[in-house]
Amino acid sequence: MLNIFQIAVRNLMRYKRRTLLTASLVAIGVVFVLVFISISGSFKNMMIGQITDSFLGHIQIHKKGYVASLDSLPLTLNMGPKALGKVEKAINEIPDIEAYSKRIKFGGMFSNFVETTNVRLNGVYPEDEFKTVPLFLSRIKKGEKTIRTGEILVPELLAKGMKVKVGDTVVVIATNKDGSVNGKQFRVGGILESVSGPGGRDGYIHIDDAAEILRMDAMEISEIAIRLKDFDKLHGVYNRLKDKLSNELNKQGKPAFGVHTWEKLSPFYNIARMIDVMTFFIKLMLIAIVLVSIMNVMVMAVYERIREIGTIAAIGTLPGKIVAMFLIEGFSLGFFGAVVGDILGVAVISVLNVSKLTFNFGRQKGLLLSPDISLQDILTISIIVIIISVLASLQPAYKASRMNPIDALRHV
Amino acid sequence: MSLVTANNLSKAYAKGELKVDALKNLNFEIEPASFVSFIGPSGSGKTTLLNLIGCLDKPTSGSLIVADTDVSGLSRRMAAAFRGRKIGFIFQDFNLIPVLTVYENVGYPLLVVQNTPSHERKKRILALLEAVGMADKKNKYPDQISGGQKQRVAVARALVTNPKLVLADEPTANLDHKTAYMVIDIMKKMKNELGTTFIFSTHDQKIVGEAEIVYLLEDGELTNGRD
Repeated sequence: MLNIFQIAVRNLMRYKRRTLLTASLVAIGVVFVLVFISISGSFKNMMIGQITDSFLGHIQIHKKGYVASLDSLPLTLNMGPKALGKVEKAINEIPDIEAYSKRIKFGGMFSNFVETTNVRLNGVYPEDEFKTVPLFLSRIKKGEKTIRTGEILVPELLAKGMKVKVGDTVVVIATNKDGSVNGKQFRVGGILESVSGPGGRDGYIHIDDAAEILRMDAMEISEIAIRLKDFDKLHGVYNRLKDKLSNELNKQGKPAFGVHTWEKLSPFYNIARMIDVMTFFIKLMLIAIVLVSIMNVMVMAVYERIREIGTIAAIGTLPGKIVAMFLIEGFSLGFFGAVVGDILGVAVISVLNVSKLTFNFGRQKGLLLSPDISLQDILTISIIVIIISVLASLQPAYKASRMNPIDALRHV
Repeated sequence: MSLVTANNLSKAYAKGELKVDALKNLNFEIEPASFVSFIGPSGSGKTTLLNLIGCLDKPTSGSLIVADTDVSGLSRRMAAAFRGRKIGFIFQDFNLIPVLTVYENVGYPLLVVQNTPSHERKKRILALLEAVGMADKKNKYPDQISGGQKQRVAVARALVTNPKLVLADEPTANLDHKTAYMVIDIMKKMKNELGTTFIFSTHDQKIVGEAEIVYLLEDGELTNGRD
């Protein structure tokens, strides 16, 4: 049973070497794109995971204006019990939120009785914090993996600089929002690994200790970090939270709370955007490779088969069918290249996974790269390649269909 | 009723600034089921005339009726559809499609041009291959058969759509005498069996003798017709 597809395939196989070279070029392009997408995507997802799951959370809520003056950790912009109640009510009404952690953030002095330096601290409820940022526990490199009252988790750079170790006694001194200075003695409960990004080098204490140092009469919260059940619902939950809190106005009649996704809080988001832009340009390069190589082959195919085109036109093949015949050739070439590229691409990605590639990011060493490619990405790339192959064949196919049969039959 | 009627048929080409009258006021009629030859020296207009009758080209003036259709005003697409339905072609260089087998070459017009159902297609292809003596070579590719065999396949391909008219431009020019006669015999046999009209051009005086009607073309003018 012969059909136009078989004729197209046979025409392609007439020039085996050229067809194989072109299909190989397309396949290699597909392999490179798939591998790049998988590696860059893996790097991006890992870093986003590291940042959100280690300290940032997916979404954060503050009092309006807090993020703008985050460097000074202003205690005057903490949420009081009433404001906190409103925010917690809004959070509890959204079932897509898995956990949230209330934090008191403040700056203070850290002393080992010999030297003193400044430190940024987070007072947290340990259980809530561990649920909200599940990689937090893995950051505790030394000491017990918890935060007890009277104990402090010291960031590793500070521990190294101040030469403190687990079990040592240190003093934290801080000024509260009224300007009153207070100090408290802590036992170093653990050493905390640093991670890249703001807040990645903060120390941690129990929230009750923070309230005590800052002499809070009632609990005041600097920020609420939120973890979602499904990261893909980030913007949906963000919008719902924003909607729910938009009615809460401050004395100036402006929104009382600021809701921010991790994207607004971490500079890594710009790197992630850059990776997306690079991926886009890599895809453009693939399109260019496919376009040029397929168009070249199809132009040659038309030129070499002018008499044949004249013959089939003379015996009554309609121009549309001649166009279809050449488009199917381009389609077959693109399809073959895409399928081979997909298979090889998945194979290369599997090999990379088996090879257990590691990389360093900032102070984080030996991060394991796990390249992964989704079926959706494979299908998208394949469809792009096939569509471009067909488009690249369009001009030669149209030219073939418009040939004057008499001139074509005379062609030598 | 004539199958082909030409009234004051003319065709002129522009060659640079020069106007070349390839055909000048031709008038003729060709009856159905006839075996007609146009002869004449090179450049006399034989191929041009066959191209006009075959709707591959349009006359400059005059009218040309083929199978009850005025073909002088057909659009490109309509002309292609008309050719596919009513006309078969046999070419001097056979023009078989190299990637198709003998069977597939004969079946091509049915498959791609007429979309004939597969069982009907198979019946007609095999009958014609049998008629031209090529049934045993049906799975061969064009480069695996001789010139004479290729032209027999081309005859089968021209007839497979049951056309009213088959046009053959110098169908024996690339064949030796024995093979040429064989091909002409097959064409005549097909004409007798199927009632198809064959119009062919040739230089070969011996082949001319096989035609029922011969028209002589000289400098684009029809000088005589012989029954």
